[in-house]
Amino acid sequence: MKKLMIALVALLPTLVSAAGGNVHLDKAEYDLTDKTSLQNGAKLFMNYCFACHSTGYQRYQRVAADLDIPAELMKENLIFTDSKIGDLMNNSMDKKDAGKWFGNPPLDLTLEARLRGPDWIYTYLRSFYKDESRPFGVNNTVFKDVGMPHVLEELQGIPTAVFETKVVNGVEHKTIVGFESNENGEMSSDEYDAAVLDLVNFLVYAGEPNKLERQNLGIWVLAFLVILFVLSYLLKKEYWRDIH
Amino acid sequence: MSNAPVNSGRRKFLTLTTSVVGGVGAAAVAVPFVKSWSPSEKAKAAGAPVAVDVSKIQPGQLIRVEWRGKPVWIVSRTQKIIDELASLAGQLRDPDSQEPQQPEYAANINRSLKEEIFVAVGLCTHLGCSPTYLPDSFAEQVEGVESGFFCPCHGSKFDMAGRVFQNVPAPLNLVVPPHHYVSDTQILIGLDKGDA
Amino acid sequence: MLKKLVTGTIDWVDARIPMTETWNKHLAQYPTPVNFNFWYFFGSLAMLVLVNQLLTGIWLTMHYNPSAEGAFASVEYIMRDVPYGWLLRYMHSTGASAFFVVIYLHMFRGLIYGSYQKPRELIWIFGMLIFLVLMAEAFMGYLLPWGQMSFWGAQVIISLFGAIPIIGDDLTLWIRGDYVISGATLNRFFALHVVALPLALVALVFLHIVALHEVGSNNPDGIEIKQKKGSASEEAKGKFTFHKHYSGKKDIIDAVPFHPYFTVKDIMGVAGFLIFFCAVIFFLPEGGGYFLEPPNFEPANGLKTPDHIAPVWYYTPYYAILRAIPDKLIGVVFFGGSIAILFLLPWLDRCKVKSIRYRSWIHKANITQFIICFIVLGVLGALAATPVRTIIAQIASVGYFGFFIALWIYSKNEKTKPLPTRLTFK
Repeated sequence: MKKLMIALVALLPTLVSAAGGNVHLDKAEYDLTDKTSLQNGAKLFMNYCFACHSTGYQRYQRVAADLDIPAELMKENLIFTDSKIGDLMNNSMDKKDAGKWFGNPPLDLTLEARLRGPDWIYTYLRSFYKDESRPFGVNNTVFKDVGMPHVLEELQGIPTAVFETKVVNGVEHKTIVGFESNENGEMSSDEYDAAVLDLVNFLVYAGEPNKLERQNLGIWVLAFLVILFVLSYLLKKEYWRDIH
Repeated sequence: MSNAPVNSGRRKFLTLTTSVVGGVGAAAVAVPFVKSWSPSEKAKAAGAPVAVDVSKIQPGQLIRVEWRGKPVWIVSRTQKIIDELASLAGQLRDPDSQEPQQPEYAANINRSLKEEIFVAVGLCTHLGCSPTYLPDSFAEQVEGVESGFFCPCHGSKFDMAGRVFQNVPAPLNLVVPPHHYVSDTQILIGLDKGDA
Repeated sequence: MLKKLVTGTIDWVDARIPMTETWNKHLAQYPTPVNFNFWYFFGSLAMLVLVNQLLTGIWLTMHYNPSAEGAFASVEYIMRDVPYGWLLRYMHSTGASAFFVVIYLHMFRGLIYGSYQKPRELIWIFGMLIFLVLMAEAFMGYLLPWGQMSFWGAQVIISLFGAIPIIGDDLTLWIRGDYVISGATLNRFFALHVVALPLALVALVFLHIVALHEVGSNNPDGIEIKQKKGSASEEAKGKFTFHKHYSGKKDIIDAVPFHPYFTVKDIMGVAGFLIFFCAVIFFLPEGGGYFLEPPNFEPANGLKTPDHIAPVWYYTPYYAILRAIPDKLIGVVFFGGSIAILFLLPWLDRCKVKSIRYRSWIHKANITQFIICFIVLGVLGALAATPVRTIIAQIASVGYFGFFIALWIYSKNEKTKPLPTRLTFK
């Protein structure tokens, strides 16, 4: 029984609606203040994604500083190219070659969380399933016929899709209603979800590294403006006593 | 239009307070505009300290590295040159490095941390040309001195500790950048010891 | 001693340029109707936003790289590597949307209180020109981040010129300077966005204010505060002294000097506005995907169109009109017409009464349906087109143009309420 664990439909990430092709996305409850999660996300990103996907608008140094990773540790464990710590985080893949291998060159992911949204990434990375008809042997319910292998296979294994056939207006529709784990991954389903969430957290951070600073500063600015507004209101009232 | 009695004290107070608070706000708004002119992360990364291995430099040899877009020289001086430095004092403008052209730890006769290794920014203090290193033909410029630096632009002359000779346009000794030894053989240029 | 120095300096300057004279004429002794309400904040707020755009814009050009190769990365460079660059950028991007919010409310004010009517037609015309230049300015500015929306938005709008018979295709080619939107287009848009159009904008704002101060402000009652010399009572004229430029030929009633009464009031308005403005900058800079659209976080790619292209929210009403018409040329004509017709407003409205307060129920209903249609069009323009939405957009387009036609018809013999002789002010 344990070997074949069928997850409940309600908990499953993807439900391709028959009508519009809109995909239900799971909410990614990320937390930018959680440094451990961000560090783990950075580690996962550098180990599994970075070979193909750069984050070429951010610098190693800034990431190390923001995520409380000591510079030496960053250099030893997370910089795989011959980059210096002040450099932009570009991988060494040749864009033209990559285009030939994957159809399109892999995108830069610095801004992916702002482009697609955290929920999309969170759901997408949990929606790969076995499909021998595809070049990499996997397909994805969020990004149909994606030209990318399931890079986190080592962690999750490759789930198989559970289909349900419905008859709508006399036509048979085959929809994916869930996934079944093949138990080949290093992680349990919950562990895998948590790992993906860390990765999402890191990408949200990468999309806008100043987000927390912005919000903190914003509170002070608004508090100041409220004071200014009250004072200017009293001042206006005082002058307009001349007229009433 | 009734003539409400004007409480001028209250009016003055509110005008003053609002002006002060508004002024503070205006000053705060200026902060991002002013600060955005400081070196960016990109500039800082490009100007980051440079690590140099000095174990391979032959005696008498000069190597150049780039730090913050400027040439930095690292010269390995022979014992003969080191011994000669003291004797030149009479011909120099600032033989004892009184002017703040070097960090405190280099304000000695050798203008360096270690006697033999001399580190300096290779730009003339006159108008910023890069002087030429003359390891054995400097005597043509200053009689009796075998090696030194000669600036081709306006003829300024410096000895092997970067000290400027008298009667040349350059007013000051060559700049010694902040640097320190990370190990016996490696210098980090751009950072004093202890500043991380 | 100090006082003497100050008065001495002022006298010295006054002998050379009319400083004190201008101060009095346009601020300290400028007669302003006492009954200005909430809707009268948006003129000064538009000035504030203009200054914000100019300053942050100048600062952004210091770090921005106007080339197809470098533009996108330089925006991210500003967002990450330049100290406080993210704040300058958000101030500018939020400012763009705030500019249109403020301008639309300012125009709405003019609409309901008849501020475009005689003798203020030129103020309205200058204002409309400002609006037109502002739309061009915002459009060209939106190309500069060189994201997917920048590219495809510009592609769509420039293609509109292709609908013009005979010269259309050559014209689009000329505007782009290339067979596609490219670095050549980016560079000319950059030059226009940072130099030419701001100059035009500042000049037009100056003319808008010169024209305003010549005839004086309208007000929520829509009656003139300048009356025939000798006709007003002392009580009506009040206790303030106004510049002889205004009070020499006319009696001025129910007015207060702009400074200090409206300077303090506008400062209050500015503080209130900044609370909302900064709330967006610091907590909602993407404006829910309407101020900064998500596809614009991907660099421009001429081979791949985003799934759904919508113009930025402030263009959507006109864009919806364009899309509602199933013919390219006619669509473009109505698209242009939807803006051009606003210029004619002072002559389409033939009523002698200005303010909505004293006009007929037909007029009130007409304005209401116009605003509803405008908002409906705005919402539809941001959404993907479906057959049902297209029909709704067509109905709303009829309402939009119908407003002007109906106005022209009923305003000639409109049944209005009697006007008060004095401004109503509590």
